[in-house]
Amino acid sequence: METRKTEILVGVFVAATIVALVFLALRVASNTDITRGSTYTLNATFDNIGGLKVRSPVKIGGVTVGRVSRIYLEGEYYVPVVEVQISTDYDALPETSTVSVLTSGLLGEQYLGVEPGFIDDGIMMLEDGDSFMNTNSAMVLEELIGQFLFSQREN
Amino acid sequence: MDKLAKLGRSSLDIFSGMGAALIMLLQSIIGKPQPAKSFPLFLRQMYVVGVQSMLIIIISGMFIGMVLGLQGYTILVDFGAEQALGPMVALSLLRELGPVVTALLFAGRAGSALTAEIGLMRATEQLSSLEMMAVDPLRRVVAPRFWAGFVSMPMLALMFTAVGIIGGYWVGVQWLGVDDGAFWSVMQASVDWRADVMNGVIKSLVFAFVVTWIALYKGYTAEPTSAGISSATTSTVVTGSLAVLGLDFVLTAIMFS
Amino acid sequence: MENLVEIKDVHFYRGATPIYKGVNLRVPKGKITAVMGPSGCGKTTMLRLIGGQLKPRSGSVQFAGEEIPQLSRQRLYDVRKRMSMLFQSGALFTDMTVAENVAFPIQEHTKLSQELIDTIVKMKLQAVGLRGAGQLMPSELSGGMARRAALARAIALDPELIMYDEPFTGQDPISMGMIVKLIRSLNETLGLTSIVVSHDIHETMGIADHVVIVANMQIVAEGSPEELMNHDSALVQQFLKGEPDGPVPFHYQAPDYLDDLMARKA
Repeated sequence: METRKTEILVGVFVAATIVALVFLALRVASNTDITRGSTYTLNATFDNIGGLKVRSPVKIGGVTVGRVSRIYLEGEYYVPVVEVQISTDYDALPETSTVSVLTSGLLGEQYLGVEPGFIDDGIMMLEDGDSFMNTNSAMVLEELIGQFLFSQREN
Repeated sequence: MDKLAKLGRSSLDIFSGMGAALIMLLQSIIGKPQPAKSFPLFLRQMYVVGVQSMLIIIISGMFIGMVLGLQGYTILVDFGAEQALGPMVALSLLRELGPVVTALLFAGRAGSALTAEIGLMRATEQLSSLEMMAVDPLRRVVAPRFWAGFVSMPMLALMFTAVGIIGGYWVGVQWLGVDDGAFWSVMQASVDWRADVMNGVIKSLVFAFVVTWIALYKGYTAEPTSAGISSATTSTVVTGSLAVLGLDFVLTAIMFS
Repeated sequence: MENLVEIKDVHFYRGATPIYKGVNLRVPKGKITAVMGPSGCGKTTMLRLIGGQLKPRSGSVQFAGEEIPQLSRQRLYDVRKRMSMLFQSGALFTDMTVAENVAFPIQEHTKLSQELIDTIVKMKLQAVGLRGAGQLMPSELSGGMARRAALARAIALDPELIMYDEPFTGQDPISMGMIVKLIRSLNETLGLTSIVVSHDIHETMGIADHVVIVANMQIVAEGSPEELMNHDSALVQQFLKGEPDGPVPFHYQAPDYLDDLMARKA
């Protein structure tokens, strides 16, 4: 009888662990990570990436479609290049698309916002390994203030 | 010169202690597995080590989660960022508090009990008696306790974390009025299964290994007197807790930097 | 006469402290051999040497022709199945009932069915008079009962040699009598060889066939109880008669009493 009770209680113990694990998996963690499936790689060159980091999200109209996979400096002028992985569900981005470094909210983290461009004859779709043509760098607060003061003086 | 010799002697002592502990562990867990004989022993220890620690873990997890919810809210609300409460509670529990606090409580609850039990078995000659009956006390007494501790602590840490998040949810959402949907969705957006949940589990496994090992070694080598057992028990809690906190720093540096 | 255990010229040190300096001992088969001596002379050490729990610095310890200190771990465990030790405290496993304690060595070392094991356990408990106490936990037993239960466990696998470590210490006269009777009757009915380590002269001399006295790190005398009673060594006489002063001095080694007292004044 003693062993039976032990067995049942250890069973309860294991069941409680499984419940906790399922809860963490379904309710807490993002198991629907966009970059879990197949992805393709695109590059974007900026003057300044601001606070962008590896694993920062890439969004189209606020919807996450990929993540930053690598950030490095290129060439003799040390130009920052951001490499992103985008889900193959969204593989029809025209080469006229614009990518900007944006901030979510006033203090939020930075992400890459992609604005799909117009589609016309002779406009190609971006493919694995291609680069965005149009990029907007991060807004740096000091520069913004400087511009503001400058424009005030002119008035 | 004397001080140098003293330093040398104490480092030699520490190393030979670690060596002896390693040998004890290897002798107990390496060998021909005998599932029919060892599984009931393992089950019994899972009950003693795991099930009996469940209540304290769940209650502590609940309170820690609730405190996190309250503290986090009062800080975040000043920045108008109370929606970040979900990830704050979840990440602190998953990455740090779940594994660490569980390990500390485990060292105090189950670790000290293991040390005292094995120390008493040594003092009452039960270990000697097993040896004379041609039963290896390392395989018979130490091994099932080691595996039970190693397996059950990560399980307890998962429960602690889950209950803690629910505690934070109660305080944050039900009491302080953070938006229900935002709490979960912002949490989901920033918690990663592999980087956060799995790294927490890995931490927990490392702590489980170290704390159980220390508890068993301290018990096995305890002086067979009441003073010896009591100092071994204290030493398990102190050494175990320090080892957990020190290792936590090292693991955090490796995993999250 | 054939000897089951033979110890030849054994030197043993605990740390740097010598315990034995050249001890020789033979334990004749089928007899009760008593090892006696003052407290702290290492009588229990002798049993641990025979059981292979301690290794001598030099010399030979043989059990049934096997050289104990040189056996591999596996062989040593095989040999230990043929001997058994009754510890001073009984050393019953506190998390099992008395019956489970007795069944333990049988379950560990044989593949008998549970039914058969239960029967053997009952027989062993009957032999020590505790058949009715099988379902009790060790914490519910008196000291004497615990020792008898441990004895039932010690004979569970029908060993060839049984070693008693201080079996009479701390027992009331009734349980002492029971244990004396048990040691003798088990030796006769099961054809065991017994080694009794004790400093209770009366009881031990009563049951032993062969007595060995250990003192000063050596064997100082051996022979039948009658031979020892008439032994001409002053040390043996002091020990057997329990005289407070003699070759073993009453006073622990100290400087001259008068000098010591005066020294404090100076």
